[in-house]
Amino acid sequence: MPSDVNHVVEFPGGYTRSVGPVIGRFLSELRDGRMVGVRTSGGRVLVPPTEYDPDTGDDVTGEFVEVGPVGTVTTWSWVAHPAKEHPFDRPFAWVLVRPDGADTALVHALDAGVFDAGAEAPKFLKTGMRVRPKWRAERTGTIGDIECFLPEVTMINPQAKLEFRLSGGRALHRYLEGIAQGRILGSRCPVCEAVIVPMKETCPRDGVPTTEEVELPDVGTLTTYAVNNIPDPRAPEVPFVSGYVLLDGAGVPLLTLIAGVPADQVRMGMRVKAAWKPREEWSPSVGNIKWFEPVDEPDVPFDEIKDYL
Amino acid sequence: MANSCAVIGVGQTQYKTKRLDVSMAGLLREAARRALDDAGLTWRDIDAIVVGKAPDLFEGVVMPEVFLADALGAAGKPLIRVHTAGSVGGSTAIVAANLVRSGVHDRVLTLAWEKQSESNATWALTVNSPFTTSLVVGAGGYFAPHIRAYIRKSGAPEHIGHLVAVKDRENALRNPYAHLRIPGISREMVESTPMLWEPIRYLDTCPSSDGACAMVLASEDAAKKAPGKPAWVQATAMRSEPMGFVRRDNVSPQAGKDCAADVYRQAGIADPRRELDCAEVYVPFSWYEPMWLENLGFCGDGEGWKLTEAGATAFDGDIPWNPSGGVLSSNPIGASGMIRFAEAAMQVSDRAGEHQVDGARRALGHAYGGGAQFYAMWVVGSEKP
Repeated sequence: MPSDVNHVVEFPGGYTRSVGPVIGRFLSELRDGRMVGVRTSGGRVLVPPTEYDPDTGDDVTGEFVEVGPVGTVTTWSWVAHPAKEHPFDRPFAWVLVRPDGADTALVHALDAGVFDAGAEAPKFLKTGMRVRPKWRAERTGTIGDIECFLPEVTMINPQAKLEFRLSGGRALHRYLEGIAQGRILGSRCPVCEAVIVPMKETCPRDGVPTTEEVELPDVGTLTTYAVNNIPDPRAPEVPFVSGYVLLDGAGVPLLTLIAGVPADQVRMGMRVKAAWKPREEWSPSVGNIKWFEPVDEPDVPFDEIKDYL
Repeated sequence: MANSCAVIGVGQTQYKTKRLDVSMAGLLREAARRALDDAGLTWRDIDAIVVGKAPDLFEGVVMPEVFLADALGAAGKPLIRVHTAGSVGGSTAIVAANLVRSGVHDRVLTLAWEKQSESNATWALTVNSPFTTSLVVGAGGYFAPHIRAYIRKSGAPEHIGHLVAVKDRENALRNPYAHLRIPGISREMVESTPMLWEPIRYLDTCPSSDGACAMVLASEDAAKKAPGKPAWVQATAMRSEPMGFVRRDNVSPQAGKDCAADVYRQAGIADPRRELDCAEVYVPFSWYEPMWLENLGFCGDGEGWKLTEAGATAFDGDIPWNPSGGVLSSNPIGASGMIRFAEAAMQVSDRAGEHQVDGARRALGHAYGGGAQFYAMWVVGSEKP
């Protein structure tokens, strides 16, 4: 840490500098909220402009070129602990910015957002990132007319939420009434005579109204399944098994969770039974059945389930 | 008898995980401009626009066709959106083709896209309701039980899926727009990747891509003025069926069989394996190649895996499937079906570059979607029907 200041030298009123036509033009344009560079005889555009080509020493051409305002960060340095002379009292980055259309870069400060003192550099801060100047409202014709650079807006995050009342229609309503009482209800098609579960008012196969309500047992056969290994906060712990259970007497298998057995011991044709949540937790929701789990019965031969896959 | 319709321009974007360099409109315009350039046309030459998109929740933009109308050059013109889940790109092309075949329009721009990076498709597929069990298993978890059923029914050995995973990725190396480019891809590499939804391993699945595909469809008169060789639409068909019904065959859905039979009948095809030169088929999980070989009538039931194993569908096989690399190599969901249709058209009009199948004169484009519920297919050829 520097020791405390005990001696100050200051020239009253400040020194004056004449900036000449090249630097002067740059500063005048800054005051108007624009950035310009100057072209060399070799065709390069220098920003900030100088009166000579630094490579050859030749005079520049006098042709001014508007550049930026967007630029590309060519390198950067993160300042996690700003000093009091720094342009920010919170972490920021020094950046070299090459404005679009320029062949050289200028140094300036980048406001990367609000970070606690000592924070590490944010991931988005990298060479190649696109930035643009934040202009001061009151400008005087100095490099300080650019307060700092800010990252280009590349992404927005609009929030969306839809709210609606679910209505499943008469048959699904009746089905959920049954589920709320621990009963699984299906409906029979008068043409194919199969029982459709969850119950429907119309047979999706034959297109005719169903005619008869049928209560099904909560026991059935696992027809086919998947062992899922992709974790998701909304899903059971992996590996978990999702499978199709053909309830005894039903014509359509139900998609459900299979549990109570290690995933690698699940089989096509396995006999399973519903595991219900405690009665006090029941609601009109399929969620009343936690999962299906194996019962101690022999597997059903493949031939008997092959038409329900 | 319908009027003739030809594909006179095709445009695709680079497919990749995130196209952060473009807005949704910018993505579409990139594909549309390339299709217009290919057709030697400008926006002003287009009579109508038909767009396709997968479900709105996939990228969280409700009715994107509304806010994109001007970006699509649709001001003062008819704009139609088509929606049939994953098959939508194919259905969209068919709706567009029918506007030409019916004589309503001369030049129709059709487009399909997906910017998967803007949201999460698995989330969108898993919106809880009290009516159904919601297991958060994604598309892979949905199709895995049906793949298991196929393997059990057909007796296919376990490595068949891996052969497809390798073949399509090898093809993708010839396609400059492909998303997944894996030099040196091998069966061992596929087999060493994690098991996601048994029996589907990581490299047996499609990527999640941003991308768009566009085509310009034209009447016979308009096609005559096009700079490139037209691909003639010889037949189109669409079918759908409910997700669940008594004795539904989830392995080989009836709607797929009916759709294929219809498109072959219109094209006068009795034996697709012999009479088609190549096919672009919607295979998002590797096992769907043998399954669709059977469903599309390229062989009998239980025989599909044998064709795959024998190399019949390889780039140099007797019926190359997915010479572009297919959905397994690029999957902007809403566009994936249109890419199949466009790639089929590219093959029969000598536009396919390094993945051109020699002498391809007739090709199938295929798409499916939902719980294998929606089907769209077309046959395109170098000859006018």
